[in-house]
Amino acid sequence: MAKKSIETLVGLFVLMGIAALLFVALKAANLASFTNGQTYGLQARFDNIGGLKVRAPVRSAGVVVGRVTSIKLDPKTYQGVVSLQISSGVEFPKDSSAKILTAGLLGDQYIGIDPGADEKNFVAGDVIKQTQSAIVLENLIGQMLLSKAGDAGNENGDKK
Amino acid sequence: MNWLAAIGAWALRGLGSWGRSALFFVDLMAALPAALRRFGLVVSQIHAIGNRSLVIILASGMAVGFVLALQMYYALATYGAAESLGLVVNLSLVRELGPVVTALLFAGRAGTSLTAEIGLMKAGEQIAALELMAIDPRQRVLAPRFLAGAISMPLLAIMFSGIGISGAWVVAVGLIGIDPGNFWSIQQSGVDVWRDVGNGVIKSGVFGIICTAVALYQGYVTEATPEGVAYATTRTVVISSLSVLGMDFILTALMFSTR
Repeated sequence: MAKKSIETLVGLFVLMGIAALLFVALKAANLASFTNGQTYGLQARFDNIGGLKVRAPVRSAGVVVGRVTSIKLDPKTYQGVVSLQISSGVEFPKDSSAKILTAGLLGDQYIGIDPGADEKNFVAGDVIKQTQSAIVLENLIGQMLLSKAGDAGNENGDKK
Repeated sequence: MNWLAAIGAWALRGLGSWGRSALFFVDLMAALPAALRRFGLVVSQIHAIGNRSLVIILASGMAVGFVLALQMYYALATYGAAESLGLVVNLSLVRELGPVVTALLFAGRAGTSLTAEIGLMKAGEQIAALELMAIDPRQRVLAPRFLAGAISMPLLAIMFSGIGISGAWVVAVGLIGIDPGNFWSIQQSGVDVWRDVGNGVIKSGVFGIICTAVALYQGYVTEATPEGVAYATTRTVVISSLSVLGMDFILTALMFSTR
């Protein structure tokens, strides 16, 4: 009887461990979303990928439709080549464009796809031609300063 | 020339203890199949090591989850990022605190009892008696305890993380008033099962092996006197804790280094 009850308690212990693992994996991590399901690969070339990371989400109209799987530099054109895996229920017209966007002001970067109007859709392995690079804060501030300086110069010129 | 001899003796002693513990570990590995054949022994040891550590692990996990959520909230609220509270707590628990704190508690709760038990067996000449009866004490006494420790530790660590995240949920949703949907969905988009949870489980498995092996070794080589057992128990806690912390740094550097 004592041995049986020990075995029951150990069984309970192991079950609790498995339940905790399932809880963490399903409720508090991403196992439930985006593990199964067929995907197809696309590529996009960007002049500047900013802080985009592997596994960043790909969104269209804000809905996650895929993930970034790899980021490389093309040694000839010096562009960042980003490989995407899109879930296969979702197809985009051939003239769709990809942008690198930021969630919130300082949040993670993701790829947004704006669907085009072409009748043909992308097939696996295609390259998205129309892309818009990530906005780099330093460049933005630099441009703003330049335009301010330009305005200031013009005002001074008017006064004279 | 006395000091030269002292340095030599010190180096030889150090190397000798490394060698003895490595050989002990190899012997222990060789004894594992025999323990697997008599799994009943392992089960009763899991009860002694795992089940009896459950209360302290769950209580500590809950407390760590509560406190982490409260503390992180003040830091995150400054940057208007209070919504990602769950993510911060989840990642710190699953990657670091779960395995490490569980291993430290495990060394204190289960490791010491293993060392004291085996040390007293040795002091009471029970180990010698087993050898006289041609029963290999490694197969009968050490291997089941080792397996039980190595199995219990990852289970305890994941329970620690799970209850910690639940504790953070209680504080974040119940006390602070963060939206429960956001609390979970930010975690789901930010925590990767293989990279974060999987590596945490691997870490806790390694820590379980370290803690149990250290405890068994210290018990097995202890001087068979009351002072010897007391000294061995202390050394178990010190050596396991330090090796867990050192190993944690190496594993973290290997697993989560930026590519």
